[in-house]
Amino acid sequence: MPIAHIMASGMTGLRAAGDLVARMQFSKSMRIGEAKDYVAKKLNVSAADLSDEYVMRGVREELDIGVITSVPGCAKGIAAKMNIEKLLDIEINSCAKFRKTIGQ
Amino acid sequence: MAKEYFLRMGDGEKIFMTKEQIIADLQDGSADAADLATVPTLSDDKLDKLLEIITNPSRIVGVEPGMEVPVTHDIGAIRIDGDQGNSGVGIPASRLVGSMMHERAFGADTMELGHIDYSFKPVKPVISQECQTMESCQQNMVIPMFYGAMPNMGLYYTPDGPFENPGDLMKAFKIEEAQASMLHAAEHGIRDMIWINQRLYKVGSDGTNFDTIGAAGDSDLYASLNAIEALRKEFPNMYIEAGMAGELVLGLHGELEYDGTVLAGLWPHEQVKLIAKAGANVFGPVSNTNTSRSSAWNLARSVTFVKATVEASTIPCHVNMGMGVDGVPMLETPPIDAVTRASKAMVEVAGVDGI
Repeated sequence: MPIAHIMASGMTGLRAAGDLVARMQFSKSMRIGEAKDYVAKKLNVSAADLSDEYVMRGVREELDIGVITSVPGCAKGIAAKMNIEKLLDIEINSCAKFRKTIGQ
Repeated sequence: MAKEYFLRMGDGEKIFMTKEQIIADLQDGSADAADLATVPTLSDDKLDKLLEIITNPSRIVGVEPGMEVPVTHDIGAIRIDGDQGNSGVGIPASRLVGSMMHERAFGADTMELGHIDYSFKPVKPVISQECQTMESCQQNMVIPMFYGAMPNMGLYYTPDGPFENPGDLMKAFKIEEAQASMLHAAEHGIRDMIWINQRLYKVGSDGTNFDTIGAAGDSDLYASLNAIEALRKEFPNMYIEAGMAGELVLGLHGELEYDGTVLAGLWPHEQVKLIAKAGANVFGPVSNTNTSRSSAWNLARSVTFVKATVEASTIPCHVNMGMGVDGVPMLETPPIDAVTRASKAMVEVAGVDGI
């Protein structure tokens, strides 16, 4: 059933930009329109492009913020999140914890 | 013979209705919600839009391109390895693997880690295990990763917990003792929810999904609001989602307040104001599905509640759309036609910020 919602209404996560828009809703309590506009501006795409897998695949690979398939050499896991932090100008808790762990 | 369209009952059974019958149920469902919560009924153009969605001949429908919204989760990877009690499918996989499957294979926008009981109280004895798994998830995943659990104050009462069961006390007309028991349980619940989330946040959790708030009545909401307030004060950047158990806060205690507002009897558009005041980032409104009514009646009723909530809210609303709530049939395997119609209606008619 969650997949039915994802297909009907969701932003499809790493396939497009669902995780990025969700991060702005949760880190800044942004409503959907504001969150999409914020992310679109940071990615230099239109708000409609944020759900477009064709556009976002290239953007995510270029910015190295995590892609849905296992591309050798691309940032994965916490490495991708550290790039997302810089891109969206937010602090992600696990990244802050990771920096503290390695003494940065 | 008048043309008939296929719909679902609230329990998922396929039924056939004429356009006139569907319109009558849409109007009746919206009027029911409006009457209960004292909110506006859906306008004619909104009812027309619902009719268009419901009578769409396709099996699966979806929102118009550009209107997609982020989706949050309920129960997380327990959906993969859990048993039927959690609507799990019993695939032996770790919670990390299950979460990564949601991220990489299913296209989830967010994910969450949850204990098999999915309640806060049983997490206490296994907190180190939960922290270790959360650390592994955060190292390997990109999408926001929450810890999800239910306040579930029922676990604090006998025979499952230390406090005398308020139901038993009320049956003996010991009303004040029942209220005292609920307050004691709430105080312990607040302490536990804060303690658990402090530890998970310190190992890198993005935040917490308080799921099915109010399941044990107004003391459940009281405990959740106070826990959220304390966590927000200590962790300004913690992601906090607060989702409800039902459309109405049941007044089992009856006199508990938050910020000067009596909690008993609050409807979704009133609940959201207190949730925002406490410091949550996202609210999950709920409207219960009536299994004896059609999907047209249930969906119009739910959209009426949720639209009023979205309009009254200052924070994003991710409507709860699991089995048996907000237009989704009360069935473990809800039909995809009904789920996708409810999904589209909530985004395009109620205007939700997420699901």
